[in-house]
Amino acid sequence: MELATGSTTAAEGSATVPSTGSGTCQTVGNIHARDPVITVRGCNVHYGETHALKDVSLDIGRNEVVALIGPSGCGKSTFIRCLNRMNDTIEGTRITGEFRLDGQDIYARDMDVVMLRARVGMVFQKPNPFPKSIYENVAYGPRIHGLAGSRRELDDIVYGSLERAGLLDEVRQRLDEPGTGLSGGQQQRLCIARAIAVSPEVILMDEPCSALDPIATARIEDLIDEISRNYAIAIVTHSMQQAARVSQRVAYFHLGTLVEVGATDRIFTNPSHRLTEDYVTGRFG
Amino acid sequence: MSASTGGGGASPHAPPQIRRRVEAGLARRYGRERRFRACGLLSVVFGVLFLGFLVFTIVRNGYSAFRQAELRLDLQLDSVTLGLGDRPDAGALAGADYQAVVKAAMGRMFPEVTERRERRDLGALVSASSAFLLRDRVLAEPDLVGRSVSLWLPADDAVDLLLKGHVGRSRDSGGKLTTAQLAWLDRLVAEGRAALRFNTAFFSNGDSREPELAGIWGATKGSFFMLLVTLALSFPLGVAAAIYLEEFAPRNRWIDFLEVNINNLAAVPSIVFGLLGLAVFIDFLGLPRSSSLVGGLVLALMTLPVVIIASRAAIKAVPPSVREAALGIGASPMQTVFHHVLPLALPGMLTGAVIGMARALGESAPLLMIGMVAFIVDIPATPLDPATALPVQIYLWADSPERAFMERTSAAILVLLGFLLVMNITAVWLRSRFERRW
Repeated sequence: MELATGSTTAAEGSATVPSTGSGTCQTVGNIHARDPVITVRGCNVHYGETHALKDVSLDIGRNEVVALIGPSGCGKSTFIRCLNRMNDTIEGTRITGEFRLDGQDIYARDMDVVMLRARVGMVFQKPNPFPKSIYENVAYGPRIHGLAGSRRELDDIVYGSLERAGLLDEVRQRLDEPGTGLSGGQQQRLCIARAIAVSPEVILMDEPCSALDPIATARIEDLIDEISRNYAIAIVTHSMQQAARVSQRVAYFHLGTLVEVGATDRIFTNPSHRLTEDYVTGRFG
Repeated sequence: MSASTGGGGASPHAPPQIRRRVEAGLARRYGRERRFRACGLLSVVFGVLFLGFLVFTIVRNGYSAFRQAELRLDLQLDSVTLGLGDRPDAGALAGADYQAVVKAAMGRMFPEVTERRERRDLGALVSASSAFLLRDRVLAEPDLVGRSVSLWLPADDAVDLLLKGHVGRSRDSGGKLTTAQLAWLDRLVAEGRAALRFNTAFFSNGDSREPELAGIWGATKGSFFMLLVTLALSFPLGVAAAIYLEEFAPRNRWIDFLEVNINNLAAVPSIVFGLLGLAVFIDFLGLPRSSSLVGGLVLALMTLPVVIIASRAAIKAVPPSVREAALGIGASPMQTVFHHVLPLALPGMLTGAVIGMARALGESAPLLMIGMVAFIVDIPATPLDPATALPVQIYLWADSPERAFMERTSAAILVLLGFLLVMNITAVWLRSRFERRW
């Protein structure tokens, strides 16, 4: 339980540059998951001169919700954006370390980014439905990936995804209306439906409730609970109550380092690290 | 909070002198605001006044060109007067003496005029172009030969100017007609045989040395072909360049250098593009001189930077969240651009293109360089034919010495302004029609 894993250098043969981090970082707690779908070892991220993530190693297991918490600017979002290579689009980003999805190197030269993002879906902080109809929003992913052979199959995927996102009953009568006309909470559930429409293995959520009111938040949390039976979920959140409600494991980030990882109830009741304790008890952050 | 420490807020507990100071400042601030607003309003009023003055002068000078003095003549198209044989072919018809028919018709109306000199003055009331119009009419309907027709034919521009009141009757007030001519004209007017009628020639003819025959159709068609070429080239190229620079190009010094150059190109004097077109398209590539194709190519070069800049601004205005959403679901960068960014940016791009087109439509300097300033009577049938453009036509007419070309210049400006207005309204309409909220 108290096994500390420091810097695990990038595996030879992977396309990524070997870790250049200091290697002094110590994470308290067990970074391993029982049945990992994503494994990250020695992740370092630089944005230009800024060293945003320092030697982070963490697993995300199948059918579990991992909450990433920590003060603003601690690298939580950067971390999950590494997992589906969304950081690729940001100019001047250098990423080193080992990232594996089901044992496959995420940053390998032959890893197709399009395929990767179909397997690792993402829900963003601000609900960002396309300025198209509700139906088109959900159908877009399956369509570009060629998941549906016929209109009927596409309908099934769209209705199924909306159903699982708990949105179908509210929008069944107005699938042709623009997705941007929904309320904030509905928009976010539409984005979740859009993400699960391509049947990903992992869903990354970057503060999905920060723009929502408490009732919409509660619905999203129920939804996360519901879909975590089928997907691995990594959720970034600023709300410790939310982390406590939805996650099985919590990872606490501080200034680019992963300070502590552990089961949710232990982190909130009996944190091992001073920084974690200060944060979860509200003395800081 | 202690009020004595700062003059920031005039709370009720603030000492009176601080409140007074704030109030004095308030008056100053409001005064400044009022003066600024007045300045803005004044500049708007000035702008509107100048525009109004411009439009008013052009309309006042130009509206009369839409009507033309015409004379109704009873023409007898007998083969003797025409100088034709028994079985005239097309060649003989084209070469027949229509001038004689027109003169004879005038002579029949005024049988008392017999002296040779007077008969010439009488004939001068009809435009010299009437014979050509009559020839065209007969060539179109050869069975008119041997029959009598009553036709409205254009009067001489001296008659036109007089009937429109641009000149007086006497020689001192600019009139060019003799006393006898004035008397004949008065009789024709009284008989309803001379009147101002809608000037169809102005809209259907090409350029001419005779003001009463000169029209803008040739120039309009030339401008139309040119804009077609310009649009077909500059819009796709400009949009493609903008997409590449905005979405795909790496951020490095070369791209920065390219950006600076594109912005510079947008400010290059248009005549330089004309010189470039002359050197490249005509001298090097050997494309036909004076053709609207070359004009369109030159204007496309000139419009390209404008389209690129407008398109880039439109692409920049698409919120990054749309790109993230598309990328996050596994769309490739190209799918992201074509499925999501482009539809949102298109209204802005179209607006930029239409404004660029409007600028191209009003451009004359580069066209002078590539020979579109030539005197071209024929209506261009294809973009490869020699043509002129509306602004160049205006320039040509403004240069002509005949008094009657003055009103035609203004009328052509009115038509050009009308086209520009339509294009700019289209731009506004496109924007409001296709702009989607997100």
